[in-house]
Amino acid sequence: MDEIMIKIDNVSKQYRLGEIGGTTLRDELQRLSARMRGREDPTKRIGAKEGKKGETFMALEGITFEVKKGERVGIIGHNGAGKSTLLKLLSRVTAPTAGSIGLNGRIASMLEVGTGFHPELTGRENIYMNGAILGMTKKEIDDKIEDIIDFSECRRFIDTPVKRYSSGMYVKLAFSVAAHLDSEIMIMDEVLAVGDMAFQQKCLTKMNDVSKQQGRTILYVSHNMNTIRQLCDRVVVLDHGKVVFDGGVEKGIEVYFNFTVNDNAQIDYSSVPRLPWLHHTVVMTQFAGFVGKTNNVFKKDEPLIIYLKWKNEQEVDRLSLRVEILHLDRTPIGTAFLYDFYQGHIDEEGSCKLKLKLPALVAGKYTMNYTFFQYNDFGVTKDVDCVHGLSFILESKEKVRWNRKNWGDVVFKEIEIEEVGDAF
Amino acid sequence: MNNAKNFMTYIDSKHRLFDLHLKETFRYRDLIFLFVKRDFTALYKQTVLGPAWAIIQPLLTTVVFTIVFGNLAKLTTADVAGDYVIPGFLFYMAGNICWSYFSTTLQTTSNTFLANRATMGKVYYPRLVAPISTALSNLISFSIQLVMFLCFWLFYLVRGGTSIQVSPALFLLPLCILQLIVLSTGFGIIISSITTKYRDLAMLVGFGLQLWQYGSPIAYGMQLIPEKWVGLYMLNPVTPVITTFRYALFGFGYFNLPYYLLSWAISLLVFFVGLILFSRIERTFMDTI
Repeated sequence: MDEIMIKIDNVSKQYRLGEIGGTTLRDELQRLSARMRGREDPTKRIGAKEGKKGETFMALEGITFEVKKGERVGIIGHNGAGKSTLLKLLSRVTAPTAGSIGLNGRIASMLEVGTGFHPELTGRENIYMNGAILGMTKKEIDDKIEDIIDFSECRRFIDTPVKRYSSGMYVKLAFSVAAHLDSEIMIMDEVLAVGDMAFQQKCLTKMNDVSKQQGRTILYVSHNMNTIRQLCDRVVVLDHGKVVFDGGVEKGIEVYFNFTVNDNAQIDYSSVPRLPWLHHTVVMTQFAGFVGKTNNVFKKDEPLIIYLKWKNEQEVDRLSLRVEILHLDRTPIGTAFLYDFYQGHIDEEGSCKLKLKLPALVAGKYTMNYTFFQYNDFGVTKDVDCVHGLSFILESKEKVRWNRKNWGDVVFKEIEIEEVGDAF
Repeated sequence: MNNAKNFMTYIDSKHRLFDLHLKETFRYRDLIFLFVKRDFTALYKQTVLGPAWAIIQPLLTTVVFTIVFGNLAKLTTADVAGDYVIPGFLFYMAGNICWSYFSTTLQTTSNTFLANRATMGKVYYPRLVAPISTALSNLISFSIQLVMFLCFWLFYLVRGGTSIQVSPALFLLPLCILQLIVLSTGFGIIISSITTKYRDLAMLVGFGLQLWQYGSPIAYGMQLIPEKWVGLYMLNPVTPVITTFRYALFGFGYFNLPYYLLSWAISLLVFFVGLILFSRIERTFMDTI
């Protein structure tokens, strides 16, 4: 299983900035004659700085990594980090400026679903068309066509031109072809972000299957961390054309979200902008800090003691507080409440010291939101201020090594045993 | 270090002049076939007459040519001096179907990268697949037209009264068709390679082809060209193809072996220059298109 399938060696891709390709022959000739006569370039934009014409942009800079057989690598990074450029190079849509890429196997690139679909052709014809574009031979498609049609859930419409398809059907059909490719390496660019949830899950399962059973190598680019978590067993994080992280999925996602967990033990909110829909005419949070700590690392049973300070913008009563516990990628995990704990007058400053026990949380890195709210007798709540809270790290010693990917973040109370013994 | 030999596919920044991906293109022959089929079905979808359009077009053009150039302008239809009776209708049709194949193929091929950038920007397949399938799918229309031509040809042959005869020169026909393919594809891929950067050429193609048609013996016979200019005139590689095409079918006409070979030499040269240029551009055209 250690066979290297993809070897990317010091690959760079350079683009020239400004208008390229769009030039006309006339422009080019004008430029040439101007240069020969030693005049200024007549096609240059007015005000453009001298010497700017050679300006270049490195979309990728010295990328190096290897992918072994059967690995499912997620590639993440912010927009413009070079993900798509990398996939384009791998799928040979364009060539690198420097460096080399070695591929050991056929590549199926799905940078888009339904590449080459022709609206006038029927679903069946398009399966052949799309399959052939992706590198399958007619015979290979013949062998698989029934599977593809079944997987696509479009059997009834398979002999109808695809221009009559709903967009969902279109995408399902297209993905089905791609999923049945026999190539050793699959490259996907957010193609799973299509179709309904059920179909997405089906695709993920299918991808997982082909990778595990047939040892296929998968490179997957997405902004959806959940699909990355489900599909990948390794993550490469790109930033400004460089590899900034290569390793485990959770760690990679943290790097991507730039949550190298700041170990701040306090935050000053006086100049933090708030969301416009909040009723921040009631209270404004000013400060939050862990009491008696210089960092944000907690033992498992150690309570979080948080000092909060706020300013009343008007007469306040029945003020309540929610502390929302979140993943570092800001997916919520759970919330703790504090009801009706404060009332005060305008322009006064209020503060409180909270003790938050989180016995159910497993070890890991988390972050919080603090939301002040008011509620009436009908249970209708009105959020008055909400701020991103402190991050914290929980250290613990579970009896077993916690598999957070599959078991989640919360450990419930231990199961009580009613009876144990032989079958009764 | 990375070593090209250890990998099935090896991509780097260097370009090898004669790296034409021909073997790979052959591996994608199913795709060529599917492209041809797609072009053909898509072309005539939702038309009542369907492939009949392939006949109607050259038929009408030929009728117009017969009236305008034959009856009104009275341009000669003789390729060689002598007492040959040439049915004008057949003469113009022969020139027209050859020219229409040549110009359509050249025009479509010259647009290869632009027309296929949606797929080429997303997936790799040997880029040569596109112009090849264009040449082949146009060959279908050409075949239909050739069959139509042969029907008229048989009619004139059976009816008699013209100088048309079946001769061994008929064996030149496949060569003519092959040369048409090579020539039009060759010019097409050269232009397509250049147009990825300079769109001007795309404008020039339609217009240029129109002029080119007048520079080729389609609306008139070779006799119209003064003897001293023939050498120059023959540098147009389309000319020998068309005269030879007529020579093959009519059993008489203009056939000059040195000029014919010269035109083949030009055709092959154009084709290989095209191939090299094309394979050079195909690697990075997505960045400039």
